[in-house]
Amino acid sequence: MVSNAPAAAGQPLAIEAPLAIEAKGLVKRFDGFTAVDGVDLTVPQGSIYGILGPNGAGKTTTLRMMLGIIDPDSGVRRVLGHDRPHEVAHAIGYLPEERGLYPSMKAYEAIAFLGALRGLPLKEGRIRGKALLEEHGLGYAIDRTIRQLSKGMAQQVQLLGTLVHNPRLVVFDEPFSGLDALNQGKLEKTIRALAAKGTTVIFSTHVIAHAERLCDEVAIIAGGKVPFAGPVDLARDRIRPQVRLETRDADGPWRAALPADARHEGQFWLFSLPESGIEPLLRALIEGEAGILSLSIERAGLHDAFVAIAGEAAARALEQSPEEAR
Amino acid sequence: MDLPEITGDRTTGRLSTLAAAYVVARRDFVAILFSRSFFFFLLGPLFPLLVGGLAGGIGQRVQQSADRPVLGLAMSPADTAKMLKAQHALTDQLGQNMPELLVVKQLSPSEQFDPVLAMKDNKANLAAIVTGTPQHPVLTGSSERIEGWQGRVGLLAAQALELTPTSFPEVQLAGIATTRADQTHSRVVTAQLGQTVLFLLTMLLAGMVLSNLVEEKSNKIIEVLAAAIPMDAVFLGKLFAMLAVSMVGISVWAMAGSAVWLTAGHSLAEFPAPAVGWPIFFALGVVYFSMGYLLLGSIFLAIGSMASTVREVQTLSMPVTMLQLLNFFFASFAMAQPGTWIEKAAMIVPFSSPFTMLARAAQDPALWPHALAIVWQLVCVAVLIKLGANLFKKRVMQSGPQRTKKRRFWQRRAAPAAPANA
Repeated sequence: MVSNAPAAAGQPLAIEAPLAIEAKGLVKRFDGFTAVDGVDLTVPQGSIYGILGPNGAGKTTTLRMMLGIIDPDSGVRRVLGHDRPHEVAHAIGYLPEERGLYPSMKAYEAIAFLGALRGLPLKEGRIRGKALLEEHGLGYAIDRTIRQLSKGMAQQVQLLGTLVHNPRLVVFDEPFSGLDALNQGKLEKTIRALAAKGTTVIFSTHVIAHAERLCDEVAIIAGGKVPFAGPVDLARDRIRPQVRLETRDADGPWRAALPADARHEGQFWLFSLPESGIEPLLRALIEGEAGILSLSIERAGLHDAFVAIAGEAAARALEQSPEEAR
Repeated sequence: MDLPEITGDRTTGRLSTLAAAYVVARRDFVAILFSRSFFFFLLGPLFPLLVGGLAGGIGQRVQQSADRPVLGLAMSPADTAKMLKAQHALTDQLGQNMPELLVVKQLSPSEQFDPVLAMKDNKANLAAIVTGTPQHPVLTGSSERIEGWQGRVGLLAAQALELTPTSFPEVQLAGIATTRADQTHSRVVTAQLGQTVLFLLTMLLAGMVLSNLVEEKSNKIIEVLAAAIPMDAVFLGKLFAMLAVSMVGISVWAMAGSAVWLTAGHSLAEFPAPAVGWPIFFALGVVYFSMGYLLLGSIFLAIGSMASTVREVQTLSMPVTMLQLLNFFFASFAMAQPGTWIEKAAMIVPFSSPFTMLARAAQDPALWPHALAIVWQLVCVAVLIKLGANLFKKRVMQSGPQRTKKRRFWQRRAAPAAPANA
């Protein structure tokens, strides 16, 4: 769902399929610095959508514009069919990167308060808050204040508060940041379960592995621009599958049959799968008595796709993003 | 972190701005009211009152002892008796205007007395000494003092010589409530008092909202609020929560103060009645306090939202506090210029308007200008909240790499800033 022609601000959007979010030509500048530069996104309802990019790429700013926390300088956005995101705030759950709760609030009150902000009656929120804490093994912490909880428990309380009103769209900003491997796995499970219920989940991350495992679609963002947005498979298909060939002899007349980009690393020849497919090459190798020991064709990973789409510099920035578990 | 099994339906509905503001206000109000700091906040005014009371009491004693100078008397025993009798008679008529007499020495017929020496060896707080005889009194003392007492000592001597009436006809008193001149003067006093109380309360309580958003930012919950409800609602909710907390505080202080006041045997009748009457004056006082609080609070809230530390808040709020002081002076000045363009300007300028209008309520019985002023002040509050919220959205909710600020020519090149979050 890539669009290269941003719509002018205020121009009506043409919706072809049920979309949770549609944005065209979003631009945001801060003191002359362009944080987001013409971002186009379409997020199908019920999908898991990843916004992938290094720190400082414009992920948080994009999410904040989607949620109406800040307004774009130009461009249009539509969230669950509304131009003004706050009109559908009751159907959205948001977990910001910087988690925060009132330290003096009791755990169940904190969940109820987050629900109340989204239109859930406080009384109902309290009932649900207590039930959720019980269900998640935090029953003993119901009457504890947030400042009495560990950081991990407080994060869990905030996650429950994000979901207490049963939102149709859930937005997580760097949800895996600060979690240990066990809790990262649990969160992945939560995201899958939400999507299975029909909830749209959008999350930003600079960890390719999470996006690759979870997402139906991704938007790759770098330098405030989105060079790719669409299904993960489509991103992978941007680069040709890689062939890894091992032969008995390192060289011979058969070598002329290898593609121009072939390079020799250790005992392997590595090259992109030719346009004509593998069969003509195989024939040439057999006829040339190359002595094939092994041959594998590997589909490109999202990381390779990211490098190909966003460039080496963005990939390096992604790898250098401070993250304890990538 | 398993998926929460939420059994309820998707029952939530869109909150209006007021409903959203109520959610924020309720949280803030309850959190503050049941906090330990609120108890100390309630006790807050007690300390300045206690210190002020003590200082005032001590000051009054010092002033009393310093301001009640004594007139020494050194005459023959017969003249002394006459002077004392005259002083007694005149004190009945003139009260405190007559100086207190202290017999320094009763002189024998040939005895010499040096008043200058007696003044130098002054152990009885003598301001001056009268010597000689009632026919020829001599007043010795500092020139300032003896000039002030010259007439009174002359009157005293004349009374001693029975040159003035020895008895005074009783004057029957026929009091009226107040003359027009008295009423105008009294209402100015009420107006001044009202303005001062309003200013002090506004400054004392509006400052509370200053640190509110800083705390919110340090709790990192501001983004959750901003994502769920419009910033206008966040600002509105916080302002009204703090206003409600202030009202609770004022009610407690007023009740405690009234109890002390009434127990001491005082009543409201001791104060000059305002032109609109006490009940309406009090009601307007509450309304104008609310307006003044909301106006100043919305500015403070915007400042608080821009600042990231309490120190920054204090620095940023200083000019506003100074300006508010100027507004108070402006309103006080306008009070003395009724009907002039100065008073009209003070009514229109939003930050001086509540003070000016309360003073007007004390001086003028017309009520329609108050209706007009309240609507105007409400409009100004709404505009300021909107501006504050927009400023917050524009300036505060930024992310991305921290950019180096534009250097001035006198500033050294700064090291490149490290990238922040995405």
